[in-house]
Amino acid sequence: MKSFNMINKTVASVDEAISGVKSNMVLMFGGFGLCGIAENCINALSKKNIESLTCISNNAGVDDFGLGLLLKKRQIKKMISSYVGENDEFERQMLSGELEVELIPQGTLAERCRAGGSGIPAFFTPAGYGTEVQTDKEVRVFNKKKYILEHALNADFSFVKAWKGDTLGNLIYKGTARNFNPLMAMAGKTTVAEVEYLVPAGELDLNQIHTPGIFVQRIFRGGVYEKRIENRTITKS
Amino acid sequence: MALTKNEIAKRIAQELVNNTYVNLGIGIPTLVANHVPLDINVEFQSENGILGMGPFPKEGKEDADLINAGKQTITSLPGAVLFDSAVSFSMIRGNHIHLSVLGAMQVAENGDIANWKIPGKMVKGMGGAMDLVTSSNNIIVAMTHTNRLGQSKLLKRCTLPITGVSCVKKIVTDLAVIEITSKGFKLTEVAPGVSEEEIINSTDAELTIDKNLKTMVL
Repeated sequence: MKSFNMINKTVASVDEAISGVKSNMVLMFGGFGLCGIAENCINALSKKNIESLTCISNNAGVDDFGLGLLLKKRQIKKMISSYVGENDEFERQMLSGELEVELIPQGTLAERCRAGGSGIPAFFTPAGYGTEVQTDKEVRVFNKKKYILEHALNADFSFVKAWKGDTLGNLIYKGTARNFNPLMAMAGKTTVAEVEYLVPAGELDLNQIHTPGIFVQRIFRGGVYEKRIENRTITKS
Repeated sequence: MALTKNEIAKRIAQELVNNTYVNLGIGIPTLVANHVPLDINVEFQSENGILGMGPFPKEGKEDADLINAGKQTITSLPGAVLFDSAVSFSMIRGNHIHLSVLGAMQVAENGDIANWKIPGKMVKGMGGAMDLVTSSNNIIVAMTHTNRLGQSKLLKRCTLPITGVSCVKKIVTDLAVIEITSKGFKLTEVAPGVSEEEIINSTDAELTIDKNLKTMVL
């Protein structure tokens, strides 16, 4: 049998993974709250001299974790999110006008990322019809229901977090840490995946892969995962 | 006596239909899961990507990778399934979710709902609410009848920026169950010990009284 030389997307370090990120770029960050965020990439970006970033992420982290780290260093010019304000610094910057914020319905955010990675420039959705979200957007009626036109989103870099990955960039997520990661992986010009377990191509069960490696340009194993829980809730026995 | 939050949730749980999929919002709606009747099978969806959500974990069993849309730690039930946010909102906008229970700041007599923004105050965002209200087959609102200032949250027209247009079907408050009809609010049930008059006085819109007006059974 012929042996193949396989594509290898592994990078040696988080610094190599984020190389090329510059001021004024548009970045996507997977995750829901603090669940499934690219902790290592965010930490590394917060140490770089990069600013005026537009960040697309469902949420904006907390004061000292996740995207809150970039906010604290005033690296973010604009946030595009569905739900924010779990941190004081965010609120302060937003109310003082230092930070521009665009709030969009969560399903619209997900679909705009999916569309951006899928060659669909725009789509109609019912979410936001008749609300402030509809302002300046085209409205069309289909089957007697009203819909608004929403445009695809793309990014210079997408930072996603998966549970397992292989050297080809194939990814498997765990639990609800999947959320926006597969969609943002598709929408990045350069998609960086950080994983807890990195294995040689061929070791993952091909039936179980969530994100095909074609959407990923760089992959590395994250050093440490704090995996902070935002709202620890238990059943008292 | 006005109902407690748990009693509002208990009354809403009576609306659950066997073999359906349900999305519960943050706050009082989350409590509905604690009151599912024994003879009813439902699966709870959380829009961050799980169907078949179970109760909160026992202490020590919390998993940072398993949360609900309120970012609370949860568990999964046998048969649960995980998915990404686009698939999750396909379930929601695609009308595959049968019932959505949400909190609200205001509801208008035409079914408009406002629950995401108070102008001049910190705006946190709509999250998944705008997708949920435009698409679920049945939208039930769980809220107190009046706000902290004693003002009615049931109005002729919402004064706050709305989340969705003509979408609410039913409201369960601490005082009453009210249906949204083509003629506006219809009072169908009163909380035990609460008078019709008290509800009329607490409602800033016309209220039709149902011919078969009942007292809630909890």
